[in-house]
Amino acid sequence: MPTLTYRDALNQALREEMQRDPGVFLMGEEVGVYQGAYKVSRGLLEEFGPMRVVDTPIAELGFAGVGVGAAMAGLRPVVEFMTWNFAVLALDQIVNSAAKILYESGGQVPIPIVFRGPNGAALQLAAQHSQAWESWLAHIPGLKVVAPATPADAKGLLKAAIRDDNPVIVLEGEMLYNTKGDVPEGEHVVPIGKADVKRAGTDVTLICHSKTVVPALKAAEQLQEQGVSAEVVDLRSLRPMDEESLVASVVKTNRCVVAEEGWPHCGIGAQVVDIIQREAFDSLDAPVLRVTQADVPMPYNKQLERAAKPSAEKIVAAARRVCYLD
Amino acid sequence: MATTVFMEALSPTMEEGRLVKWHKREGDAVKVGDTLAEVETDKAIMDLQARADGMLRQVSVAEGQTVPVGKEIAVIVAPGETVGAAPVAPAPAATTGSGKREAGNVATAPAPPPVAVAAIPAPTTADAAPIKASPLARRIAKEAGVDLKRLTGSGPGGRVIRRDLEGVAVGREAAPVAVPAPAATFPVSRVPSPERTGAPYEDVPLTQIRKTIAKRLAASLGPVPHYFLTTEVDMERAAEAREALNRELGDEGRISFNDIVVKAAALALTRHRACNAWFQDDHIRYWNEVHVGVAVAVEDGLITPVIRHADRKSLREIGLETHDLAQRARNRRLRPEEYTGSTFSVSNLGMFDIDQFTAVINPPEAAILAVGSVAQKPVVADGAILARRRMRLTLSCDHRVIDGATGAVFLKTLKQMLENPLAMLL
Repeated sequence: MPTLTYRDALNQALREEMQRDPGVFLMGEEVGVYQGAYKVSRGLLEEFGPMRVVDTPIAELGFAGVGVGAAMAGLRPVVEFMTWNFAVLALDQIVNSAAKILYESGGQVPIPIVFRGPNGAALQLAAQHSQAWESWLAHIPGLKVVAPATPADAKGLLKAAIRDDNPVIVLEGEMLYNTKGDVPEGEHVVPIGKADVKRAGTDVTLICHSKTVVPALKAAEQLQEQGVSAEVVDLRSLRPMDEESLVASVVKTNRCVVAEEGWPHCGIGAQVVDIIQREAFDSLDAPVLRVTQADVPMPYNKQLERAAKPSAEKIVAAARRVCYLD
Repeated sequence: MATTVFMEALSPTMEEGRLVKWHKREGDAVKVGDTLAEVETDKAIMDLQARADGMLRQVSVAEGQTVPVGKEIAVIVAPGETVGAAPVAPAPAATTGSGKREAGNVATAPAPPPVAVAAIPAPTTADAAPIKASPLARRIAKEAGVDLKRLTGSGPGGRVIRRDLEGVAVGREAAPVAVPAPAATFPVSRVPSPERTGAPYEDVPLTQIRKTIAKRLAASLGPVPHYFLTTEVDMERAAEAREALNRELGDEGRISFNDIVVKAAALALTRHRACNAWFQDDHIRYWNEVHVGVAVAVEDGLITPVIRHADRKSLREIGLETHDLAQRARNRRLRPEEYTGSTFSVSNLGMFDIDQFTAVINPPEAAILAVGSVAQKPVVADGAILARRRMRLTLSCDHRVIDGATGAVFLKTLKQMLENPLAMLL
């Protein structure tokens, strides 16, 4: 199986889907001539031409609306946001148009659109450009939200998103684009709504998604050395969420820690905890703990930024607490 | 109208019961169907339920005390009814209609004063405080019949967590974090350890289950004319089939040699009805259904839960059912209907490396099969010595029902089935 970077896995998914379906086109800031701010669209303008790889002005609300209109007209747009911090400007089109039209048209007008781009913090981009938006987006009925952590899942979930007849949000990560992994060639589609056990274990379940999969796996390594067998479950899909897999894991391990990049209040982890306390109550040997970003705007200072972010050390500490080791 | 609460016969063979734990206390309101107390019968721990609405009074048996079936142990007084300070003999005759039970309640002999107050202390504030326990610990404690109040929680604020129940709940779930799995899979009997006391001996009162074992087995080997037939079975094919099936099943369960023996015995019994029988004083009952009792060692004894219609069940079903029954047997949570009514029994000591043994018939059954270990042995075949996996089976027969040749042909069929497992499909 070829080893690809996360960015090239996304590029492969886009290329294959554009080759497969002439209705698929890419639109966004710098996606064409510059080949993407993070080079996800490398070579696509050359291969598919300016009608299908469209550079837009810096006007998120405008081009998101153009995308929704194209989807209403029967095309399958992929709208790239340079980051989800900028997509806040387009939320009216995402939430009030894309997510509502199928419902408000009585099921007559599907909106097969993908909104994608990097989400969450990178390094020292400061408070306005370091935000994780998944709890905002996954809150909305009418949207599907996926957050792949590995190159293989990035390819498989983007392909599934493009083929889905609903608006799908694909949350990528600036710090993930350069990560490498084995990626199946050709037809590799990861179904939306399925979590993935990234590492099996018996003593504690670490639930994570997107960028927190990396520290969770690192935490599992460290826990192993301390005699604790941790199971790492990658949500992959935040809406719909794979309740069955989460519950199955916690029923097995009896203990759980949820990690996410977002803030604690009303976060994705709060939703996970809701599922677990309801469906796995009698299996719990300890309260579920969460590891999140600190409840503050992201500091610019490097040390403070590191202190604010979820980390393997914080996940290890939480896991030890739910195992009553500390 | 007061209703007397009696020690009831909670198993078919129960003659006395040990009151393990009161669920209701003096003065508590009770409703029909509420669990008043847990009672250890000769087989299991059962719930004693309220048969009237009202208030529990005159509790006269303390936790841990053993009393005969039929003895009154408390009274339920009707709502609004007042009970004087002096002990009042309840009037059970009208409510029970049981002549036997009336005996202790007639006016000539004054009813014994209730010992309730001394024996069961009123709940103190500490007792009344809610017990802190994780949901999992609560579940394990409930399934194992453990009183959380007796445990010391090692979690924050004294929370009882799973590790505090280690060893209490036998055979449940995986070992906890950083604590090695207990090595002993089989319960061991409660023999006092010599280093505890310097005394030359120690008298240990018989538990209910030991009393029952003593009574029932003496009623077997003495009066029942036993004889024993032993044969050695080649288990190579069965072992291969088992390995293949377990590979196929993966995580979905495991077939044991015992499951295969139970299934094969059940099928062989369908062809040899003479061995699937009960000796009853003036007749022999030949069973058309096959219900196989499987002897399970439990703490301080053994019990034989029953695989009903074992001839019609798949190996996987037999495996799962045996596992479940054995687990609950060890936790003493079997219902009477789950350990009575077997038509034939199987006892297996193979896991203890016992080569062969003779088992005592479980009356009124006419036979029991004793299964030894599966082990490699040298076998002479076509003039050459081969290593083969072999297993010894010993059939104990009641000569009043099964004659030598009858038992032998049954055993032969069983041997053929085990040596050629495909024959079970015929």
